[in-house]
Amino acid sequence: MAVTESSTNVVLGGTRGGPDVATLRQDRWWLQPVVTVSVLTAFVIYSTWAAFQNKYYYVGANVHRDLISPFYSPCLASNCVPGSKAGFAFSGWALSPALLILIFPLGFRLTCYYYRRSYYRAFWWSPPACAVSDAHASYTGETRFPLIMQNLHRYFFFAGLIFNTLLTYDAIRAFHQPGLGWGVTVGTIVLLVNAALLWLYSLSCHACRHLCGGQVKSFSKHPIRYRFWKFLTPLNAKHMNFAWASLIFVALTDVYVRLVASGVFSDYKIF
Amino acid sequence: MTSSYEHHDYDVLIIGAGGAGLRAAIEAKQRGLKVGIITKSLLGKAHTVMAEGGMAAAMGNVSAEDNWQVHFRDTMRGGKFLNNNRMAELHAKESPDRVRELEQWGALFDRTKEGKILQRDFGGHRYARLAHVGDRTGLELIRTLQQKVVSMDTDVFMECKVLKLVHDENGRIAGCVAYWRPTGEFVTFSAKAIILATGGAGKSWKFTSNSWEGTGDGHAMALWAGAQLIDMECIQFHPTGMVWPLSVRGLLVTEGVRGDGGVLRNSEGQRFMFNYVAPMFRDETAESEEEGDKWYDDHAAGRRPPELLPRDEVARAINSEVKAGRGTPHGGVYLDIASRRTPEFIRRRLPSMYHQFMELAGVDITSEPMEIGPTCHYIMGGVKVDADSAATLVPGLFAAGECAGGMHGANRLGGNSLSDLVVFGRRAGMGAADYIESGQAATSLDMSEVEEAVQEALAPFDRTEGENPYDIQRDLQEMMQLNVGIIRTAGEIEDAITQLETFTDRVKNIAVKGGRAYNPGWNLATDLPAMLTVCKTVARGASLRKESRGGHTREDFPKADPEFAKFNFAHTTSGGNWDSEIVTVESPLLPMPDELKALLEETK
Amino acid sequence: MADVTMRIWRGDASGGDFENYSVEQNEGEVVLDVIHRIQATEAPDLACRWNCKAGKCGSCAAEINGKPRLMCMTRMDQLPEGPVTVTPMKTFPIIRDLVTDVSFNFEQAKKVPALMPPPMPEGGYIMFQEDVERGQEFRKCIECFMCQDVCHVIRDHEANKLHYSGPRFFIRYAELEMHPLDMNDRRDLVREEMGLGYCNITKCCTEVCPEHIKITDNAIIPLKERVVDAHYDPVAWLGRKIRRKTKTSAADAAVQPAP
Repeated sequence: MAVTESSTNVVLGGTRGGPDVATLRQDRWWLQPVVTVSVLTAFVIYSTWAAFQNKYYYVGANVHRDLISPFYSPCLASNCVPGSKAGFAFSGWALSPALLILIFPLGFRLTCYYYRRSYYRAFWWSPPACAVSDAHASYTGETRFPLIMQNLHRYFFFAGLIFNTLLTYDAIRAFHQPGLGWGVTVGTIVLLVNAALLWLYSLSCHACRHLCGGQVKSFSKHPIRYRFWKFLTPLNAKHMNFAWASLIFVALTDVYVRLVASGVFSDYKIF
Repeated sequence: MTSSYEHHDYDVLIIGAGGAGLRAAIEAKQRGLKVGIITKSLLGKAHTVMAEGGMAAAMGNVSAEDNWQVHFRDTMRGGKFLNNNRMAELHAKESPDRVRELEQWGALFDRTKEGKILQRDFGGHRYARLAHVGDRTGLELIRTLQQKVVSMDTDVFMECKVLKLVHDENGRIAGCVAYWRPTGEFVTFSAKAIILATGGAGKSWKFTSNSWEGTGDGHAMALWAGAQLIDMECIQFHPTGMVWPLSVRGLLVTEGVRGDGGVLRNSEGQRFMFNYVAPMFRDETAESEEEGDKWYDDHAAGRRPPELLPRDEVARAINSEVKAGRGTPHGGVYLDIASRRTPEFIRRRLPSMYHQFMELAGVDITSEPMEIGPTCHYIMGGVKVDADSAATLVPGLFAAGECAGGMHGANRLGGNSLSDLVVFGRRAGMGAADYIESGQAATSLDMSEVEEAVQEALAPFDRTEGENPYDIQRDLQEMMQLNVGIIRTAGEIEDAITQLETFTDRVKNIAVKGGRAYNPGWNLATDLPAMLTVCKTVARGASLRKESRGGHTREDFPKADPEFAKFNFAHTTSGGNWDSEIVTVESPLLPMPDELKALLEETK
Repeated sequence: MADVTMRIWRGDASGGDFENYSVEQNEGEVVLDVIHRIQATEAPDLACRWNCKAGKCGSCAAEINGKPRLMCMTRMDQLPEGPVTVTPMKTFPIIRDLVTDVSFNFEQAKKVPALMPPPMPEGGYIMFQEDVERGQEFRKCIECFMCQDVCHVIRDHEANKLHYSGPRFFIRYAELEMHPLDMNDRRDLVREEMGLGYCNITKCCTEVCPEHIKITDNAIIPLKERVVDAHYDPVAWLGRKIRRKTKTSAADAAVQPAP
């Protein structure tokens, strides 16, 4: 009974109406989780393989190019192939140099508000789709370890900014082809688009929108932060699109560099 | 208390949880009283949410020239001088403060560039006066008051339908009897004072913007309890309600469509409003389409197009076109903005209308005309109250909002209803508190009245053979629409008065199926007595008022008659039951003080 | 026009089942029209909650073909061919047929600490359009409670109702936290008692909102970020400490709760 007399007690255990089934939905609600699982699994398999492969990630001066795969940049180990090394290098690292750095972009995407939605739905089935029963008997959400770590998203965002800067530097550098001077190749465009998509993904991030302006109470008292917020808000609405586009393109960039580096084809010079 | 009913005891009991009821509760609560609110629906669902345009308050944020004197004058002129002038005065003076206090409680109105509350123009208001939030001002009002009431820890009885007010042995209001809709169990309330804030009564017409709740419970219960109803014949029919599809019949189409360039056409494509300009409006109305069209861009270049005549004029014209066989297939006329404005303009200026038609009617108003017709919208008439305290003639009974009469006279201006709710809601709370503090309040319930109401409510379960309440409701709506609708004639009204007696017999023969728990058939059966009572007073008022004034139009008496501007028709009942005979008297208007008279004369 | 088969769940706390009604369906009708026709003819006691029938009051929420929808805003001709299944909202206890006991939501409403503005200056508060716009989006809420219904945190885990206020109230908290005049801080409250951390932002609330409020992106995530500011961000915490020091001025001191 809907009395709301002074108590503020929520009573549990009321009998619910409707049939006791997982869902009454008749549409293809399972399609979205299937697509998400497929694409993310394919990406994880490919990127793991690519990260462990430890070769074909750099196209160097020998073919008058300077193209590095985003999976391996910045290349921070002393075992990096010649020409690919960043200014600083760990000596004695025997594994793939990709493993030194991938934790940061991985962490950024893992704690991303959009990806959380996707994998909680598609992989954890909590819930698989709206108005479809949760697959688990109990649920504590993001209140406990390890999922409480999702609150660290903004630190991965900061790290992501550093990576974006480095990858942008890589892309610009690629326009200067060793021995040939400045010019545009397919590879330079690939690296540039990749960097651009990563910037869009980072800037459209919810933490970014909050930190740039969303956290203030009164916009009129913070006109500059309000402007930032207003600029970021439409980008934020497309965060999902940027998440997928940048994810797929970063893999494609690696594929491209890998194919050129392994000699399958050469990087076409446009002008 | 000897009965076995669930019982509650309050200082102030408020029936109705719309704007007026909630505002009254806040006031009474602030006076330290024990307050209970009863609502037929859930909290926050009242018809107040349907108000779109705004709330009128002469704050002068947009037009610095505005002040309470101008607002008072506009209200009186809009009401065709049938208003209670003290109410119109208090309303004009107090509404700015009532708007501002809403902000203190969390309302977020649209702003001017200077950061003040933005105000918009509306029909009948001389200056931009309506504080608003886009086109959902009513929702903002009710949510703000609801949240304030909840934060004050007020008891709210939801989905609880009051059947009847109960007196003590001295004829003072002592409480009421109600039932829980979820269970069908009866419940009694003792209260030192009761405030009626039950809203309107438009559900008795076929084409209406009112929800199922608008059955006039407060009007009827006040009458049964010994109070007077005034101006019941004055009912506002909004000219533009949707007529098709069925799903949205009666749903309002904002006046803004016409303000932004929409025109009315009949099935022959003619802009018929040019044929309906009454002599008194000829000087200020365009004579040709060209002239009218110029006005939209520059108010000085031409006179107003006839589509923007007062609501009653437009509604009457549409009615005549349909009667003459020039209506649309579904009995309306066309409201066309598509051929006159660009799709971008329409979507920018009328976003909610665009979506309303797109989602509900599958009509793209940027490329097709809308089918519209008049819809029953608001009842100016209501319980006769004292302006300052909202007290009725029955000790302990107060009324505020749409169910109270007098404030709007014969015709209400758009935007004056939301401010009416908070101004007189507050005054009712004050009035009730003062009454209680004066120590005259009742202490005991007359249980025989309770028993009688309970027996009456349960009677439909005892009949195995009887009428379906839905059939009666449908027939009543059709009959009232036909006979006591927008345009009235003596013959039709007399016919209605006769038929209403038949309806009384039919209601006494209702049979309902099923149990008492959340049974909408039974719930409707308990609403019908109030609907009939209201219809009877409307028909009687309509029969006696042999003139046309505001929301009352007589085909046989098309002009206003100054003799009828001196009094209201006041209805009372002799027996105190829903089928008791109704007695109607002429109740003289409140004399107007000279300083108010002077305000009206200034502009004549 | 053609008849349609309505498969409506009928029952109460003691149990129930689907009942089929073959009803006339006319052009342009919504589900609520057809329900009303069933009430007026075959089943006058079919319980269904509704008020405005215009998508403005949020009373008539139910689950149509398994999805939370407003019955008054769901057109029959936009549903797929075949019988139309209508069930009550699943998350709340049943009263009868399509009517549920939504008092959970009214209980949550009581827990919200009210707006605390400074005293009103002469002539009213000064706020600018950009200050009120964020809150206005949340105040479009019509309290249909479909976001509460669809939220798996309480839909599938009854026990969480004790410590989870749900999306409708997260937009309320967000509105207050973004109110330019408000002087309360509800961040600890939403984290510790209102269960903000239980939300795993799967966005079903946003998907079902009939007012198209971006509940997750504009309210819940900003709230989560505010909680991070307060609890998980040493930089912001330090910044606040310093700023507070420099800002303890006459203006701050003058700010008092409203009466």
